[in-house]
Amino acid sequence: MNWVNAVIQGMLLGGQYALIACGLSLTFGVMRIVNLAHGDLAVCGAYLGLVLSSALGVPVWVTLPLLLPAAFGVGMALQLLLFGRALRHGALAPVLVTFGLSVMIENLLQVAATSDPRGLNGGSLALASFHITGGITVSWLFLTAFLTACAVLSGLQLSLSRTSWGRKVRAIADDLDTARLVGIRVRPVFATVAGIAVATAALAGAFIGTIGTFDPQTGTDVLIFAFEAVVIGGIGSLWGTLAGGVALGVTQVVVGEVNQAYAVLAVNLLFLAVLTVRPGGLFTSRQAVREIQGQGAAG
Amino acid sequence: MKRNAGVGSLGNRAPVTAVPVSRWNRTATGFTGFCALAVAFMAVIPFVIGGPAEQPLITLLTFVAMASLWNLLAGFSGLTSFGQQAYIGVGAYALYLVAEHGLNPFGGIAAAAVIAAVVALPVSALVLRLSGGYFAVATLVVAGTFQIIATLSPSVGGTTGVSVPGLAGYGDVLREALTYWATLAVAVASVAGVYLLVRHTFGLDARAVSSDPVAAASSGVRVGRIRLLAYVVAAGGAGAVGALIALQTLYVEPTSIFNIQYSVYMLFMVLIGGMGTIEGPIIGALVLFALQEWLSAYGAWYLVIVGGLAVAATLAASRGLWGFASERFGWSLLPVGYRVRQPPPQ
Repeated sequence: MNWVNAVIQGMLLGGQYALIACGLSLTFGVMRIVNLAHGDLAVCGAYLGLVLSSALGVPVWVTLPLLLPAAFGVGMALQLLLFGRALRHGALAPVLVTFGLSVMIENLLQVAATSDPRGLNGGSLALASFHITGGITVSWLFLTAFLTACAVLSGLQLSLSRTSWGRKVRAIADDLDTARLVGIRVRPVFATVAGIAVATAALAGAFIGTIGTFDPQTGTDVLIFAFEAVVIGGIGSLWGTLAGGVALGVTQVVVGEVNQAYAVLAVNLLFLAVLTVRPGGLFTSRQAVREIQGQGAAG
Repeated sequence: MKRNAGVGSLGNRAPVTAVPVSRWNRTATGFTGFCALAVAFMAVIPFVIGGPAEQPLITLLTFVAMASLWNLLAGFSGLTSFGQQAYIGVGAYALYLVAEHGLNPFGGIAAAAVIAAVVALPVSALVLRLSGGYFAVATLVVAGTFQIIATLSPSVGGTTGVSVPGLAGYGDVLREALTYWATLAVAVASVAGVYLLVRHTFGLDARAVSSDPVAAASSGVRVGRIRLLAYVVAAGGAGAVGALIALQTLYVEPTSIFNIQYSVYMLFMVLIGGMGTIEGPIIGALVLFALQEWLSAYGAWYLVIVGGLAVAATLAASRGLWGFASERFGWSLLPVGYRVRQPPPQ
């Protein structure tokens, strides 16, 4: 029964990874930016949630109506002030700029909040759980995180395929120059995409902070997990990202059941194995594979 | 070195004229001589000044080596790795292992470099499948994996780490002087090695690959081979730097030797000094060294400033301090490109 339990817990954990990863995937798909500060932005969201929920004396969920618009605004501002400019300086600049931003965020958080690990007030949801059968107990919090991830991914998928905003995003992702040529104003679309990416990161941050603890350095680990979920699932596929997250989560929990020390190692090895056997990920389009590989395989 | 390049004009009216171009010039000769003198002077410092001058110079020279090697990767070959600490760690642990088996620790530096380069070979087969930002994060994953493996290996001390053996026979003064000379040798070898490498056809190919891999491949450049060479050489160099760090601190411990701070420093030095030049990383190393002297007391603020300056340099001055100076004053002390010596006859 232990194994079944581990697989279920791992799948639920995978939902969280997918929630962080979808913003990373979206930013890359549309702007061609791998935002190396994405994990740090999620941790910033957790800190902001901490400040708001302790100031108002409410669980972090109640502060989401404040937290998410703030994160959306931060994302738009970053795109307009930083990422947009970096894109004009060639292919390397966004990588360098987002890495520099990541260093700045981690150390500013260190100055402002010290390196003490923190946790968020999740209210009664944080401790509640229910039994399915025998030894299997599911935490409401984990289930909520998983369902939230599914809801966010479905929402994104629907708005990309059904709305006029989504049509513009897909047009830009397919061919930026042609999209411009037919009259799409790219800047506002980029800004909203960055806003959504940071808002989903902040939402994920709220779950990270409630389920476990976080400190200023957590961002890099968060980025790595999100990135692994994206690559395992396949770049450019939102449902693939969920599958990638679930694969990561199940590996982590099942191996952790044997020996906790090997859990993260196993996740990294899974990632490297997928990269070896199926570099495009499990669910992906050929176009996307060419994008990420550049001409790495050409020579 | 002199070469003749043909400069054609539009149409068939004017004949093609041979224009003499050269890379080397009098300033470059003078500066190379100056560098040789400076290195010779630094080599005798342990006899003349001794200990107090050695410690800061060791830090500075380690920075110079790190910056030059990262510049080979990111500046010349377009491979922005933020995981070079993986090979710094491999080098440090390799030094421990070879010293444990009785090799002289100072001789072990070369062995550490070779081991790091050998480790980089299979890793490159994986990470070089990705490019740009995905390559960058994949290198972070590799560094994280190496750190976990070190933590889980009792033979290298696990989380507690190990102290470097084989140094008991040396007095403190001799040990410090030897560490200093070894650091000087690695720094000079890194700068000179990168310089010679980019003056070779490799340099031209690497810059072509970095600016447009598709165009480079279609012109017959073997893109994969160029990237592999840059990655493996930079890893070997990082291994030597890691061995030096182990000799300086006398202790190897996973969280500090696999620290991402090394990558932050490399990025900063190369961006501030000027990517894709030989002089730039050296200037960047001097700037970082000065900043560290002034600001390291402020702890995390120091890294906030380092990160902020790197972002600002990318956006506002992408050619760095040296790029600015060479453009403004026409300086070229260690040239890697060619210049037309005289204008073609009208």
